[in-house]
Order: sequence, then C-alpha cells, then structure tokens
Amino acid sequence: MKATVHVTLKNGVLDPQGKAVQHALASLGFDGVNGVRQGKFIELELSETDPARARESLEAMCQKLLANTVIEDYSIEVK
Amino acid sequence: MKSAVIVFPGSNCDRDVQVALRQSMGGEPKMVWHGEASIPEVDLIVVPGGFSYGDYLRSGAMAAHSPVVRDVVAKARKGVPVLGICNGFQILTEAGLLPGVLMANAGLKFVCRDVYLSVEATDTVFTGAYEKGQVIRIPVAHHDGNYFADADTLKRLRDEDRIAFRYVDADGGRANGANPNGSIDDIAGVLGDRRTVLGMMPHPERLADPILGGTDGRPLFDGLVAALAS
Repeated sequence: MKATVHVTLKNGVLDPQGKAVQHALASLGFDGVNGVRQGKFIELELSETDPARARESLEAMCQKLLANTVIEDYSIEVK
Repeated sequence: MKSAVIVFPGSNCDRDVQVALRQSMGGEPKMVWHGEASIPEVDLIVVPGGFSYGDYLRSGAMAAHSPVVRDVVAKARKGVPVLGICNGFQILTEAGLLPGVLMANAGLKFVCRDVYLSVEATDTVFTGAYEKGQVIRIPVAHHDGNYFADADTLKRLRDEDRIAFRYVDADGGRANGANPNGSIDDIAGVLGDRRTVLGMMPHPERLADPILGGTDGRPLFDGLVAALAS
C-alpha cells in the first residue's frame, strides 16, 4: 500500500528557506504572498496491507528517522 | 591514550582529526569504518566533520542510526568520552547523546571562515587546557550550524553550565556578526549531562599546527591527552 508523510517545521521555528522563497516570489511579480514555509514530502511503498498496522509502523518511522521531533511535525496518510 | 575516529561515507575531516590526535598523543588513533558494529576499547571516541551520507534527509540523521553509532551511544553511556566535531555534533544530537538540533544557517549560506570562541566550561576532559573565558580563534565550515534548543532545554544547559563554547568577537564580546549561523545564545558547543560528551561546530583540528596559521585548537587535543592518558 502507498503512504505519504509530510514533514514540516513546528510553528515558531524560524524558516529562512521559506522566507527566501517568499522574497523570490515577490521579485518575480507574485503579489499577496504573505508567508511561505517549506517542508518535505515523502512517499513510501509498504508491503503491509492492514492500514492500522501500517500507520503504527509509520508513526515509529517518523519518530525515529523521518522527522526530527525537536523542530519538526509530521502527518501521515495511508491510502 | 587510545582513541578511535569514526569514518562514514562522506566524512572528510577524519584525517585532519587523525593528524591532530597523532600530534598530541604521540601514537596512532584507530580509524573505525561505519560498518563496524563495535569500536575497540578506547579512552576517547571522535566523530569527525564532513557530509556523512551526503547530509541526506537531515545532516547526521542517517549516520545516527548506523551500527557503529549504536556502539558510540553504548560506550558514551558507560562514560567513554565522545567528541563530535561539526557533522559529528549533528550526529550526536540526532543520536540523542546531546540535546537540541543543528538547523540551516540563518543566513542560508555555507560559512567558511575563522571565528572567535569564548571557552565557557573548562572543567571537562576536552577543555581543561584552556582558561575559563579564554578567547580562541578556530575555523568553521558549515551550512547547518544553527544550534537550537527549546526554552526548557536552554535553561537546563545554562543552569548546568553545559554551554562549552560561544561565538564572540575578537575581544570576547557578544557582538553582531560574531555568530556565523544564528545559533541560539551564540552557542558553538554543548556538553552532555555527564560532561563526557562534547559537540562543537568549529574545527579545532584545523588550527592545531603553526603551518595552518594558528594553534588555538591544539590545547583541546593536548588537554584530552593530559586528562585521559593513564
């Protein structure tokens, strides 16, 4: 089954890369972009077929490796 | 003193550390490849700088889960001193041996220049050869050296005197521009809770020989030998 994980910076953590993207958009003429925060998108192909077990496994993956929980949040989607 | 230097695919400061250790020890450190599940019995383990695993996912994230780092953690828990330099510092935070995290430099640029550090904690095997408050010149070379810890952790680090180095200007002052990466409280190096694990972003091994233009990094290695050689 397919799963996707979004890893994003926690609120309040400075995101200079997001800011840089925001400035670049402005200089390209795109008005009204009041904030940009950048994250990671990870796609996984799992051999697990039970969604609950997959989710449990993915939780552990995020806690252990995919996200640094000091500064990052994550959200999991199982298809 | 016996020492080990861990080498990952992508490490590139391992040989500079080897040279600095050899100079101070008068003997050869053991270079340990990341695939080894166990490190020999040593008095000091060094995790050197570089781009282990290409900084994939996050700097130090993959290295932190390699078999050799599992043994670094086990030995650190038994009290073996561990020194993490630059990527080594990143690996030690990802492995949970040090609190906090190293984020991208606030200025978004890779910074490669000499900085001045104030040695804040001198009661450790790493910093015993410096004076408290001594200002030393050491190079940095990093893209992700922006140390961050939450308010509780920062308070604990301050209360327990675990901030080992801070970025300062040449006169020891906390000026604008002294901090190359935006790290919180100008932190350049941090100690573990038993003061036997040190992580630092600057590279003492790169300024430990007059031919390199300075020797302010040498006392770190001399101090280790003085403290750990039996």
